[in-house]
Amino acid sequence: MAKWSRRAFITAGVIASGAVVFGVAIRRGNPVDKVVSLAVGDDETLINVWLKIATDNSITVIVPHAEMGQGVHTTLAMMLADELDADWDTVQMLEAPAHEEYANYALKRGYSTGDIEFPAFLVDSVNGYFLNAAKESGTQITGGSTSVRYTGELAMRVAGASTKAVLLQAAADKWNVNRDSLRAEKSYIVHDASGRRARFADFSVEAANLSQPPAPVLKSHDQFTIMGTSVPRIDIPAKIDGSAKYGIDVVLPDMKYAAIKAAPVFGSKVADIDETSVQEMPGIHRIVNLDSAVAIVADGYWQAQQAMEQLDVKWTLSGNESIEQSDIAQQLAGALDAANANDAFEVDLEAGDVKGAFDAASKVVNAEYRVPYLAHATMEPMNCTAWIHEGRCELWLGTQNPLGFTLRIGKAIGMNPADVILHNQYLGGGFGRRSVSDFAEQAARIAVDVPYPVKLIWSREEDIRHDHYRQASISRFSAAVNAAGQPTAWQNQFVNKRVPAEAPHIPYAIDNQLIQFTNSGVHVPWGFWRSVDHSLHTFFTESFIDELAVAAGSDPLEFRRELLVDKPGFMSVLERVAEESEWGTPLPENCGRGIAICRCFGTTVAQVVEVEIDNGTIRVKRVVCVVDASFTIHPDGMRAQMESGIIYGLTAALYGDISIHQGAVMQSNFHDYQILRMSDAPKIETHIINGGGRFGGAGEAGTPAIAPALTNAIFNASGLRIRELPIKHVDFSQQGPEMQGVT
Amino acid sequence: MIELYINGTKYMIDVDPMTPLLWVIREQVGLTGTKFGCGIAQCGACTVHVNGKSVRSCITPVKAAVGNNVTTIEGITSADGEPHPIQKAWLTEQVPQCGYCQSGQMMTAVELLNQISSPTDSDIDTAMSGVICRCGTYGRIRKGIKTAALAMRSNAEVPDDG
Repeated sequence: MAKWSRRAFITAGVIASGAVVFGVAIRRGNPVDKVVSLAVGDDETLINVWLKIATDNSITVIVPHAEMGQGVHTTLAMMLADELDADWDTVQMLEAPAHEEYANYALKRGYSTGDIEFPAFLVDSVNGYFLNAAKESGTQITGGSTSVRYTGELAMRVAGASTKAVLLQAAADKWNVNRDSLRAEKSYIVHDASGRRARFADFSVEAANLSQPPAPVLKSHDQFTIMGTSVPRIDIPAKIDGSAKYGIDVVLPDMKYAAIKAAPVFGSKVADIDETSVQEMPGIHRIVNLDSAVAIVADGYWQAQQAMEQLDVKWTLSGNESIEQSDIAQQLAGALDAANANDAFEVDLEAGDVKGAFDAASKVVNAEYRVPYLAHATMEPMNCTAWIHEGRCELWLGTQNPLGFTLRIGKAIGMNPADVILHNQYLGGGFGRRSVSDFAEQAARIAVDVPYPVKLIWSREEDIRHDHYRQASISRFSAAVNAAGQPTAWQNQFVNKRVPAEAPHIPYAIDNQLIQFTNSGVHVPWGFWRSVDHSLHTFFTESFIDELAVAAGSDPLEFRRELLVDKPGFMSVLERVAEESEWGTPLPENCGRGIAICRCFGTTVAQVVEVEIDNGTIRVKRVVCVVDASFTIHPDGMRAQMESGIIYGLTAALYGDISIHQGAVMQSNFHDYQILRMSDAPKIETHIINGGGRFGGAGEAGTPAIAPALTNAIFNASGLRIRELPIKHVDFSQQGPEMQGVT
Repeated sequence: MIELYINGTKYMIDVDPMTPLLWVIREQVGLTGTKFGCGIAQCGACTVHVNGKSVRSCITPVKAAVGNNVTTIEGITSADGEPHPIQKAWLTEQVPQCGYCQSGQMMTAVELLNQISSPTDSDIDTAMSGVICRCGTYGRIRKGIKTAALAMRSNAEVPDDG
């Protein structure tokens, strides 16, 4: 059994220079001992909070992010292993326990030091935990494409490089040679002069006692040996034989199952439960009133679900019972009208002299765009298993924010968050939904009432009707155009600004800009949805720029190129997508091409869609995608994320529509919340550019551009400009070409 | 008591005969590779084979499986532990992302390849469009099926040297 005497802890904090600080030492008796007991086995040495080395020389990378299919367990482990010069074949991965020492230091410090690259939208997540001091902040979020950009860059790579430095030092001390005469290679220390070689594990205990350098030299991109390769993903073998454990798969002794029904209308509460309505049904143990929902605990899930369908529940009136989707649309449009009439807009961005440009315009182009509410519809419905025993609450589930959940659950059941133990499982899809703790709080509250573990599973109907939705929104544009067709002013007014703050902003060189918004509250819960506000604003802005190209009589790609000529990061992506998509070459009859470009979460993506409209039916045939994330750590993983983001965005563009009837969500399952299927999936070709600079994200950047690229392609094929999503509501057999919006 | 044969093993289960096969497989038998996705046969995550044919276990009462051979994702590996060509192809093509739908995808693909040894794109569309993937792995599923089909045909052509 390896003894450990002192452990160096990394608190990868960013100091003013951007370097990283190490070294909160911990000892037995220190409160953070808990991390050691959670993470380290008998034959292992914890070098720092992110990795341990076993006596067999295998290396375990401790990753503080959830695996929801984006390959983050592999990618982050690669980043550390490369800087460490580890043998990738002996690297294992352990997901970090939900503990504050594993919270996303880099994120917190990035925020507190005003790192401009920090994704501002995370600030108001988890009820503003980021705004508190580091220890209270409770952030361990997988979302906002932050894993590689922050944890990877500011913790994983630094931990790997720093560990290599102390291993080299320990070897130099032991062999009595100069440290600079040693090098690391595939988990060995090598002394070339003498030919001596020894395993990392032979120095790990000594290395753990050395002070880890605060700012180790990181590799340049051309020195990477593991990063930049497509190693097989760590999580895939378990996902092909049924052995991967998702939250819903957890089995505990004496476990029972719970079904749930939440108040159909947001804001309503339980008024009365008639327990006699299910008293004859078999296997029922308990009915739990959760205020805004009712749960039934039974021997099996199907028994609980059957009983739930029979249970007679009366709900209080919230005042929202008469709200229809058309009312919400009217409210949002009315808010824009009122802000306009009263000069009450908030300014999002202002540049140049917009009024002057409109006064001098030879033409004005106007358009209004609308998008609906969207649900996440992860394949694995929300679920959580909770067990309260021995003064602790243990939970098994898939979450994008383990630490934030422990705080919320502690609050929900009046327990110290330190006594809430969370076992994160594979996530059957996240897309932002699993950053909201509602379902886990419900499971914990049910567990308060019973002495055994209970697994709460939401039906698909509950999942669709009680999501936290991508917002519905309206955006209005006016552009001033000069005699040459060039845009001289860009004016945009939209309703309900969320995050990221830069989502409505355009990359195009238009001197005079006024972007404004007004907020108008709705009763439909809001949540992070893959790419968040980029998912709407990219549709708005990339549609309108296309309309300006048409108004100027220009080719849409050429029009964009002229406005991006001073932005090399955009130009390289644009040029490549033009080439790969064979832009400008003839297409068959009834076919069209459309382009859109977007920069979000540190990554630039351009997509060209080829569409065919045949007898009023749309077929998306081909998508060419070019992505520049500065450097792509795992090329095949990047391609997978682009494919994923495109299909997710296409589903939304074609079908996605959550609508409100009598205050509640109308849709309920996949028959009326339609998902793109194999037969409708286009051929997707992804091309990667490593443009250099700080690493960008992969999980969200593929989604925003696909909707406008598709509607722009539909315009190119048919002359029909789609200004409201989803496309399924458009009747292609009835409508002829139109050129609305050009005045 | 209900007598079930799952992956070649006999189980005696005390359960309401109307209980969907899905929940019996998951809760009574304890095989959790078969997933709950929608409960109304819309998504295919719960697909298992009954006598070699794909069924949606979320809407199939367990009594309908009595006397029949049920195969789940845990049962497609050969008796000597050799993964099914579909499983190997899924690894080669790095198909899964979140992975939750993949048991249903693979069970559906296995049935397709049992029926059509060289499926066309159109065959694949017809067979696979009942199974939803929210991560958008359709392109890789298509490749995986073709890779597995090729391997299965090659295997079939290898003469038995026993």
